[in-house]
Amino acid sequence: MYPPKFDYLSPTTLDEALSALSGAENAKILSGGMSLIPLMKLRLVRPATVIDISRIPGLDSIEDRGSHIEIGAMVRTSDTAGNALVREHATALAEAAGSTADLQVRNQGTTCGSIAHADLAADQPAAVLALGATMVAESTRGTREIAAADFFVDTLTSALEPDEILTRIKIPKGGRSVYRKLGRRGGDSDYPIAAAAVWVDTTVGDISEARIALTGVSSKPYLALDAAASVVGTDGSAEAIAAAASHATDGVVVLEDLYGTVDYRKQLAETYVRRALEDLLA
Amino acid sequence: MQVHITVNGIDHGGDVEPRRLLVHYLREDLDLTGTHVGCDTGYCGACTVLVDGRPIKSCTMLTVQADGSKIRTVEGVADGNQLHPVQEGFWECHGLQCGFCTPGMIMSSVALLESNSDPTEAEIRHGIEGNLCRCTGYHNIVRSVQYAGAKMRGETPALGVTAEASS
Amino acid sequence: MSTTSVMGGIVRRKEDPSLIQGKGIYVDDKKLHGELAAVFVRSPFAAATITSIDASAARALEGVHAVYTAADVRHLGPTLAQVAVGTLRPLLADGVVKHVGEAVAMVVADDRYVAQDGADLVYVDYDPGQAVVDLKEAFSDAVKVHADQSNTLLTWNGNAWWEGVIDLPDPSPGIQESKLRDDAVVVSLEMINQRLIPTAIEPRAVIAHWSAGYGSVELWSSSQIPHAVAGAVATTFGIPSNKVRVIAPEVGGGFGVKLNVYPDEILTCFASRELERPVRWTETRREAAYSSIQGRGWIGTATITGTRDGTILGYELEAICDMGAYTHNFTVAIPLLGLFVASGQYDIPTSYKLHCVVTNTMTTDAYRGAGRPEAAYYLERIIDAFSRKIGMDPADVRKANFHPPEAFPVQTAIGLTMDTGNYAVNLDSLLERVGYEDLKAKRDAARSEGRLLGIGLSTYVEVCGFGPSGLAGLGFSWAGYGLPTAFNGSGVVRVQPDGTCTVTIGTGPSGQGHETTWAQIVSDGLGIPMENIEVQHGDSLDSPMGVGTFGSRSIAVDGTATFEATQRVKAKAALIAGHLLEAASEDILFADDGAHVAGSPDRAVSWGEIATAAYQPHTLPEGMEGGLEASAMFSPSNATWPFGSHMALVEVDPQTGDVDLLEYWATDDCGNVINPMIVDGQIHGGIAQGVAQALFEEAIYDSDGNFLTGTMIDYALPAAESLPMFQLDRTVTPTDVNPLGVKGIGEAGTIGSAQTVVNAVVDALAHLGVEHIDMPLRPKRVWQAIQDARG
Ligand SMILES: Cc1cc2nc3c(=O)[nH]c(=O)nc-3n(C[C@H](O)[C@H](O)[C@H](O)COP(=O)(O)OP(=O)(O)OC[C@H]3O[C@@H](n4cnc5c(N)ncnc54)[C@H](O)[C@@H]3O)c2cc1C
Ligand code: FES
Ligand code: FES
Repeated sequence: MYPPKFDYLSPTTLDEALSALSGAENAKILSGGMSLIPLMKLRLVRPATVIDISRIPGLDSIEDRGSHIEIGAMVRTSDTAGNALVREHATALAEAAGSTADLQVRNQGTTCGSIAHADLAADQPAAVLALGATMVAESTRGTREIAAADFFVDTLTSALEPDEILTRIKIPKGGRSVYRKLGRRGGDSDYPIAAAAVWVDTTVGDISEARIALTGVSSKPYLALDAAASVVGTDGSAEAIAAAASHATDGVVVLEDLYGTVDYRKQLAETYVRRALEDLLA
Repeated sequence: MQVHITVNGIDHGGDVEPRRLLVHYLREDLDLTGTHVGCDTGYCGACTVLVDGRPIKSCTMLTVQADGSKIRTVEGVADGNQLHPVQEGFWECHGLQCGFCTPGMIMSSVALLESNSDPTEAEIRHGIEGNLCRCTGYHNIVRSVQYAGAKMRGETPALGVTAEASS
Repeated sequence: MSTTSVMGGIVRRKEDPSLIQGKGIYVDDKKLHGELAAVFVRSPFAAATITSIDASAARALEGVHAVYTAADVRHLGPTLAQVAVGTLRPLLADGVVKHVGEAVAMVVADDRYVAQDGADLVYVDYDPGQAVVDLKEAFSDAVKVHADQSNTLLTWNGNAWWEGVIDLPDPSPGIQESKLRDDAVVVSLEMINQRLIPTAIEPRAVIAHWSAGYGSVELWSSSQIPHAVAGAVATTFGIPSNKVRVIAPEVGGGFGVKLNVYPDEILTCFASRELERPVRWTETRREAAYSSIQGRGWIGTATITGTRDGTILGYELEAICDMGAYTHNFTVAIPLLGLFVASGQYDIPTSYKLHCVVTNTMTTDAYRGAGRPEAAYYLERIIDAFSRKIGMDPADVRKANFHPPEAFPVQTAIGLTMDTGNYAVNLDSLLERVGYEDLKAKRDAARSEGRLLGIGLSTYVEVCGFGPSGLAGLGFSWAGYGLPTAFNGSGVVRVQPDGTCTVTIGTGPSGQGHETTWAQIVSDGLGIPMENIEVQHGDSLDSPMGVGTFGSRSIAVDGTATFEATQRVKAKAALIAGHLLEAASEDILFADDGAHVAGSPDRAVSWGEIATAAYQPHTLPEGMEGGLEASAMFSPSNATWPFGSHMALVEVDPQTGDVDLLEYWATDDCGNVINPMIVDGQIHGGIAQGVAQALFEEAIYDSDGNFLTGTMIDYALPAAESLPMFQLDRTVTPTDVNPLGVKGIGEAGTIGSAQTVVNAVVDALAHLGVEHIDMPLRPKRVWQAIQDARG
């Protein structure tokens, strides 16, 4: 339980961090360390260089940018959970962040770190998918924006290139959202066995737009496109909700592990989509 | 790498290997062995300390990450000989048995009560979610925190040995 | 203010001031000058031949002092065990490995980080073989774990267990016959009592210091049994036991995992002797999970034969019990403890067959309850199923079969004698407090709204307080470690010349509050204030010859020894005080930190004055020996038999299978209570562990013997949010086995609780057709059971 040796860098500017990252072989970004450090302690990951981005000024804020809010790379999960802007404009993310792990882990881990880590059962990725967020990736080569829908590639694999840092997440304002989960220890404790984040726009009466995302269910957090399509244009009646929920796992390979069989997870996915929609439209 | 860390109000400087975990720095380099290690993966919370006022797990933080910060450990909770109300609560309400989880539990409880002086039972249970205890079933830990909350609000706690023995 | 405590009073614990300030000393907190640290290289295979070990790169690493393998330690023999039936564990794997996590090499280096770096450079080649993990497959002997031996080490067969000691008629033919009755109802269920990991939050840790000059060794170990460990060290190295000091300082939880002698305890001594430096080792959580003992692991079929009026005509259990690969301390004796309480609180013909079977997994041994939770689980689950089958209230069925209070002492089905019991009173008091009828109405009302509420009930009997010296020949002794002491209690009480008091005891507590409870016993006897009494334990040389803390034995056995020693000191002090006060010793009373003449509180001397006289023999009555100290050893005539009744209310989410434990009540009876606060604390923790077995925890090996639950991520201990407050009460039925009337309470909560929760969940789902769900009742299993029942 003692990490192997590595070189440690703690750059104080983003440029410094980006050039260190692009120049180094087998380097890892360290933000909160809540995933990276346990893996290093177990010696499952052995980076040659660790680049700690926590001393770069300006990365730890949540900003109101008019049409959207922005969450910087060093915003801790507990701050995301408690932030008034996030609670108002990105409720699902606040709820997902608030139900992540425990207080100590939320105090250390970052929202962007969790997104970048792309764990198949992490909470916050589902929320950014449902909220239609955009990830801003920077490298010495430049800056690019990646839609959340394109970001989660596979288990522990994101669309980030090895030389890129996820510097901030942009979340558009508008609509309403929730996050509902069944945690491994029951209730909403611990990683989800299955969880759903749902966002809808009902400004003109019926549901004009919707996004439904699931996590813990398949090899990566994903958008349930058919489920969302099915609820759009309806008034959110019980039948409409049930119909939408029945599409929760369309097109994905459902996971089987200690916590759930395929059938069970499929049913859980449907249940949480339904509960999320019910709570949101109640 | 050189670090400067303030622990319980005392400045420490020194050279540490980047891989050295904060918990080992505290326990072995500074001899503050009240902070314990109970697991490998950041789950048990026995290593909980406050870094710049926030509870964190010192087994999952590199010492170099804490460079420049102010740390409070269980050894720094009492005010001289005066126990902190949380410590008093654990003593009064039998909030510990083997005592191994206790320093971490106390640090989480201190942080909880500093941000919410009158938590409900559910809020207490949620607030110590990151600290596992194998001995108490949490029953008396919840009561200990309730005792401490009352004390910190300036009330006379209705719980605990002193109250129960005199009633 | 005087803090003299009466027995039965609550007092703050003497242990706590240091612990709440982070100033208690656990083994890993102990630092020795020049110490080195060890890390083990462990097998990733469950069954394999070791074809080569290359440690050259590790040895060459800067900071590494030694790498040891079997070749270096073979001459020391295997790790000793108390009940040495089966294959003993080699100190380091010798040519073969039998389970994942088995130690293959030990690396000793400047510190733990470097030792781990060294361990990464030890290259071991394995030739994997076939592992046996499934219990039924192992029982079939199709594949053998140890080439030369059947997988079944022995079968505990009903009353035949002490054949030749006691002769009892075999109940089986009678039970078979009753099945043929026209009115017979037979209910049978196969159930798994899964493997668990004790999971003390403090991992085990040792630090050994061999002094070449003195030819002695000091070993600090996070152990419940320092004396036994000392015996094992002495025997292994062929030195006298008085050259070995084993110290168990603060111990951060035990629950049985620290009730064993482990290779690391021997190997750090060995390395310290070789390297002439202190050597430490602290286990990781993964090691705590897969290379320190696990518990439970039974699959069995329970059968009840009875009639519709609730009469039980016979109870049968046949189970295969998982021993793991190697035998440790009590391994094969754990099922025997289950046999001791096979019939629970009931007067029912009982037939038991328990097969002790080895598999390619970590050894099992005593985990909180040890055999007794398994026994209670099978019995109380099947009684529930029987009650449902005959449509009778489960509380009524239980009452119909209780041993009545006037039957005590009761001879059990296997010929032991239960001391005292008052079962119906205990159960009725629980039912009344809970408001059982109202609770059932509430459950039924909820059910009619589609909510799934369930009520679970269980009673239990525990057997504890070991034990009678006469059982030494049956394994209740440390003879296996070269220290042939029966499970006696011991205590030394000394009043110091300044009137304060030192008590040294032979227990090895790990959170049970002995320092406080024992001080209460002495304070109550002598009138010395609590704060003037120091209780010491956990030192194999400085404590009296002790046995340790396990099996809820400490208070009934060692507590009694201290009580007896207190009486001896008191008798002598009365003589001295009588002499000083010119009164008859029979007229001397002790209170308020001194003694006075009955009826004349002004004619008083303080303990300081009594003690001062005691240590100046010339001031004493003619012929009286100086000093004020007594020691006592206590060997009880019988074990003690606590009991109780537990009830739970749960709600099941029909869509997700998530179980919410809404309320939990327990009415326990452990005889007289010395400190209710501490007793309640033991029950809280015990219940939490039983609930954890019911709902959350399971140590899992896959069919190849890979271990899947080595972190706290996968082995999910309940957190504060997973549990409710526990609503406790007690009845008091003192034992007559010891003068304190105390029985023991360390395991009761665990023995009573797992089946209480499972009974509640099954109650919530029974109307859907669910008969049983195996633990842990993870949401997926509960959901699946609902689906299967619905068809
Ligand atoms: C005890 C415990 C319980 C947990 N429970 C949960 C839970 O219930 N739900 C849940 O969702 N998660 C849980 N987690 C994971 C936790 O949320 C982590 O904090 C999170 O996954 C990673 O965030 P971090 O800031 O700590 O990232 P780090 O550990 O620092 O980094 C994780 C990975 O992402 C990379 N990375 C980090 N930041 C960036 C960036 N800005 N740009 C590019 N790459 C980056 C790192 O190089 C590394 O590979 C738990 C963790 C622990 C220790
Ligand atoms: S030691 Fe377990 S969380 Fe830090
Ligand atoms: S008191 Fe022992 S783990 Fe909490």
